[in-house]
Amino acid sequence: MKINDVILRTVVKGVVFIILTLGVYLFFSGHNAPGGGFIGGLVLGSGIVLLYITYDLETVHKKMPFDFKKVAGLGVLLATGSAIGAIFFDAPFLSQTDLYYTFPVIGEKHLTTVTIFEAGVAMTVIGTLVTIILSISEDE
Amino acid sequence: MTIEIAIILTPFIMAALIPMVYRRLQRRFIGWVVLVVPVSLFLILTTFIPRIAKGDTFSHTYEWIPSFNINFTTYIDGLSLIFSLLITGVGSLVILYSNFYLSMKESLHHFYCYLLLFMGAMLGVVFSDNIMVLYAFWELTSVSSFLLIAFWHHRKASRAGARKSMTITVSGGVAMLAGFLMLYAMSGTYSLREIIGSVDRISEHALFIPALILILLGAFTKSAQFPFHIWLPDAMEAPTPVSAYLHSATMVKAGIYLVARFTPVFGGEMVWFWAVTGVGLVTLFWGSFNAVRHNDLKAILAFSTVSQLGLIMSLLGLGSVAVHLGYSTSTVIYTQATFAALFHLINHSTFKGALFMMVGIVDHEIGTRDIRRLGGLMSILPFTFTIALIGCFSMAGLPPFNGFLSKEMFFAATVSITNLDVFSIASIGILVPIIAWVASVLTFIYCVIIVSKTFLGNVKPDILEKNPHEAPLGMLVSPFVLIGLVIAIFFFPNTLGTYILKPAMASVYPTFPASAEMAPHIHAWHGFKPELYMTIGVILVGLLLYRFMKYWIKIYRIFPQYWTLNAIYERVITTSENMSESITKRYMNGHLMHYFIYIYISFVVIVAGTFLYLEAFAWNPGKDAPVENYELLLVFIMIFAAVALLFAKSRITAVLLNGVLGYAIAFFFVIFRAPDLALTQLVVESVTTALYLICFKYLAELKPEPTPKRIKLSNGLISILVGATVTLIGLAVMNYEKFDSISAYFEDSYKLAGGKNIVNTILGDFRAFDTMLEVVVLFIAGLGVYTLIKLKAAKKGDADT
Repeated sequence: MKINDVILRTVVKGVVFIILTLGVYLFFSGHNAPGGGFIGGLVLGSGIVLLYITYDLETVHKKMPFDFKKVAGLGVLLATGSAIGAIFFDAPFLSQTDLYYTFPVIGEKHLTTVTIFEAGVAMTVIGTLVTIILSISEDE
Repeated sequence: MTIEIAIILTPFIMAALIPMVYRRLQRRFIGWVVLVVPVSLFLILTTFIPRIAKGDTFSHTYEWIPSFNINFTTYIDGLSLIFSLLITGVGSLVILYSNFYLSMKESLHHFYCYLLLFMGAMLGVVFSDNIMVLYAFWELTSVSSFLLIAFWHHRKASRAGARKSMTITVSGGVAMLAGFLMLYAMSGTYSLREIIGSVDRISEHALFIPALILILLGAFTKSAQFPFHIWLPDAMEAPTPVSAYLHSATMVKAGIYLVARFTPVFGGEMVWFWAVTGVGLVTLFWGSFNAVRHNDLKAILAFSTVSQLGLIMSLLGLGSVAVHLGYSTSTVIYTQATFAALFHLINHSTFKGALFMMVGIVDHEIGTRDIRRLGGLMSILPFTFTIALIGCFSMAGLPPFNGFLSKEMFFAATVSITNLDVFSIASIGILVPIIAWVASVLTFIYCVIIVSKTFLGNVKPDILEKNPHEAPLGMLVSPFVLIGLVIAIFFFPNTLGTYILKPAMASVYPTFPASAEMAPHIHAWHGFKPELYMTIGVILVGLLLYRFMKYWIKIYRIFPQYWTLNAIYERVITTSENMSESITKRYMNGHLMHYFIYIYISFVVIVAGTFLYLEAFAWNPGKDAPVENYELLLVFIMIFAAVALLFAKSRITAVLLNGVLGYAIAFFFVIFRAPDLALTQLVVESVTTALYLICFKYLAELKPEPTPKRIKLSNGLISILVGATVTLIGLAVMNYEKFDSISAYFEDSYKLAGGKNIVNTILGDFRAFDTMLEVVVLFIAGLGVYTLIKLKAAKKGDADT
């Protein structure tokens, strides 16, 4: 799937940056506002897919040398691992906890273990999405 | 962490470490590193002997699933000590032997990993007091046995043998689990000792006999008792050290252990007495009868193991009568059968282990195990000959070897049982010594066959061509240690009796006082008693029959091939496979359309059916919010798109119309102030459309299919029903009254889950389990797509080249 389209390339260069930023924003805002691991991952994943559609595989792969199958696997491991982690603190499976912590520069922040779980979700979504689309489009 | 739990865990930890470290280790050192585990465990366990002999028991509880009463309770008493010593002792010798037996080219790390897994599981079985934990370890021994039998998995016979043993032992295990659950239902506890304590209370329960039978099924399948013994000869496809360890010395004795363990619970029942004794005797006879017929040394030993296990089993059955009679000075004599069982259990492990190792040496050095091609090896393998001679004499029950002592005790027990008048022994009890004697004659015959056909006579010329020589010293050490024990036990049986067997008797008969009769003094010579005449008879008749074997060997051909147990087993397996295949093929026919029909029909039947059945459907238009004009507009757009979709002529139109539907739903989410859903729906819709476009080149051209009108009609009906069901549910949810709404619970999300976004606290906290599983499912689906495409590509590549 090789598209030689100057307009698309130029637009994507700017838009991808916005999409990825939006994805990261959505991921972190998830706890108290719309967003979260799934939607954040989906937005990030679609941004990456957009890159792959616009540029050829080699170029993107040079800049992002990830095996997205492994990203997905790592995500599953993170999600289930954070769930299992709770039992080592004498809490039921999948218990989550949170606390407020004052960082040196950025000030007081709300930290929670859900973030780890959601990161797992996001990574699985990104990894699976990109894997599916790449493997279908690679298949000749 | 106490020592007991450490003993169980050490093999598992080691098994987990092997795959990590084996690359760093030189191949020939793996076995030696592994050897450290059983040797040190054996030494630790020997320190328990004096304390157990004093009558102490050791128990520790670790809470595992306390809410279900399932705790990790270790319990060491005399009975478990015997087995654990065998497991670690024979285990050490077998690993030492394997170091020389296995070629360096084999995947040694797998072998030792499975072997350690087995060792840990087996220790778990004998040390567990909680029957659920016992069951878990029990099945783990089946699994590790499966892996070890299939160690040479490139051979078809190995795989078949592994599958057979797994099928039979695990079916028995499941029956046993049902029995355990019944015991729990009756006694309210999973603890073995508490169950034994509550026997008086539960023995009248209706489930008592079913539980007894189910647990016996587990024991009989594991210990290869008739008619479940057929897996053991096939399991001989495993490497010989495995056969020596699992399939003669330890795993197959787990059933014996279970029967001994449960004797205090069920021993008073007539069913138990006759089932254990009867099955044991039939197995004893059938095993020895079949051993005579075979030509493969390992097959002979396999059937001989079956028969010896039957012997031990029948002794335990005979001994259980003492539980029924209760303790008195006149009944204590019947406990001697159990004593003989435990004694023979140890003896069997020593001589049979040595014999298996002997066969391994013959196979290793000569290259065949077929007695028709062997002969005259005495001069070539003199040390191996010594092992075979002593092992076989002990198995045949000749002095001065330990088998003689336990065999005599066995005869004595069968004779003394005929004096009893309970359980209708008076009428058919006479059969017990007769079967025992006939089986012993056959045992004697195959022992002679093993020695004479392999080691005596003339050397076959094709063997000499290979220039065979005696095995390396390392391979001889283990069998010689066992042979040494065979002789040592004959001369000092009472040391074993006092320190090891007596405490075990206390575990089998917990209500009996520890009197001297419970651990009788073992004599090699006890005057001219029936058992001595029986032994002499065995030798004379055995020699006679061996001499004239060619005249009576024909009786083996009488049995029709069609009705052998193996043939029946094969028929059952193939018939059930064929049947399930034909049933599955009837509905899994590869038509996507059919699968959709199954899904939708069951959806309509279950959901709409439930609504109708419970009369839960209620619609109250007064409760609904007013419908705005722009909402109506959106609805009409959706209706238009949906109807147009039905008549779309090209795929691209269909994809785009589908997109219209999706985006319209997203708009509705915006209108109804559900930003999370709207966002998700928008992105999902975009990604799906992109996916469609990528897949576009694979999709076939849309063209009208020639479908019969009847099918079109029924498909249309199903679609309308599904749509109607969904619509009705949507209308009914507002008025659903069967349960209270749970939304109030989520409103506390900030306090309960530390998040202000209810949707996400539901996803990430309240119902995180769903999310976690969805993530896993998504991942699996992704892998599925990947493998489907990549595998197809690889296949194409194969076809091209």
